[in-house]
Amino acid sequence: MNKNHWKLYEVFVRSKNGLAHKHVGSLHAADADMAIKNARDVYTRRSEGISIWVVPSDQITASSPDEKEPLFAPSDDKVYRHPTFYDIPDDVEHM
Amino acid sequence: MGTNISLEEKFQAYVDAENKVEPKDWMPEKYRKTLVRQISQHAHSEIIGMQPEANWITRAPSLRAKLILLAKVQDEAGHGLYLYSAAETLGTSRDQMIADLQSGKAKYSSIFNYPTPSWADMGTIGWLVDGAAIQNQVMLTRTSYGPYARAMVKICKEESFHQRQGYEVVMKLAQGTPEQKKMAQESLNRWWWPSLMMFGPSDDNSPNSEQSMRWKIKRKSNDTLRQEFIDKTVPQAHYLGLTIPDPDLKWNDERGSYDFGEINWDEFYNVIQGNGPCNKDRITHHVKAHEEGAWVREAALAYAEKEAKRKENRTSAA
Repeated sequence: MNKNHWKLYEVFVRSKNGLAHKHVGSLHAADADMAIKNARDVYTRRSEGISIWVVPSDQITASSPDEKEPLFAPSDDKVYRHPTFYDIPDDVEHM
Repeated sequence: MGTNISLEEKFQAYVDAENKVEPKDWMPEKYRKTLVRQISQHAHSEIIGMQPEANWITRAPSLRAKLILLAKVQDEAGHGLYLYSAAETLGTSRDQMIADLQSGKAKYSSIFNYPTPSWADMGTIGWLVDGAAIQNQVMLTRTSYGPYARAMVKICKEESFHQRQGYEVVMKLAQGTPEQKKMAQESLNRWWWPSLMMFGPSDDNSPNSEQSMRWKIKRKSNDTLRQEFIDKTVPQAHYLGLTIPDPDLKWNDERGSYDFGEINWDEFYNVIQGNGPCNKDRITHHVKAHEEGAWVREAALAYAEKEAKRKENRTSAA
């Protein structure tokens, strides 16, 4: 079975220069070249993009939802990293 | 058991707060199963739905009509693929889903088990069948499962073209010769009731609906969606000078909606159980296309392997 199994690829499309590639979905293909060709037909039938990235799904390492606390919580109490934390008098301009 | 209950409660609170569930998040097993069933059924409907329309590609009445129909059928294939990939994020494989479709374990929308004997049906399908699908899919853009919701956003954008091109086909016929108008009316007669059945059983007979609503997989009941569709569609038929084949259909001022006649639920369940006019043809054709395409899939893999080896040799030589 596995012999006839096309790999799963994640597809990222850049809609225009100046914008980042954005994840749009996934598809199956025999190899990366074919994944690009398939992505063109599946995800850009209406001029949605000017550039495509494909990545084998099993090559993506993702953080686990269980790690959300240790990974992201520490930044929650660092309000001083945001500009609005600082009181600057209204009279001071351009800041 | 104690922890299990609290996990489910936490999940419910999370969904209640209008948060989206993503593939790696914890979810109740039944939520996962419901979604796999619903999304794969939705994907199968898009794929099987290509058949009644493909029937007319070679006989489209003009090159313009043919290009439009080709583009629409290609969209349906695309929609099926977005949905299969959304279902795969839940841990089911594409092969498994296709095997379930072919064995009859998985269902698809029963509307596609009706035949398309006339060109007018290409119009009516776009107008009514895609119209009913949009009614359901717009709701699903806000479904609680992230990948499903995102697929729906893309599909809804494309679906609007399907409905409008369909209405245009029906309009041309309805404003044409008496014979053409007759074609349009007969097609409407064929598709009206099956289109209403697309929303599924009435609320008192839809056992899964309540849980799906609680999990915000669905946000409107079958009967609500059906009523909204009728209220939108009846004036569109009036504009064309066509008659909805329902003697009980009439505007109810008090409700601000159309009252309509009893749906033939025996027919609905009969078609779901496999006894519609085209159930066997649809699956037979799917199996045939799948098997006849096997060599293409194998050849593509063999070519990919050969290319990979070639690349490897080149790098080791350098």
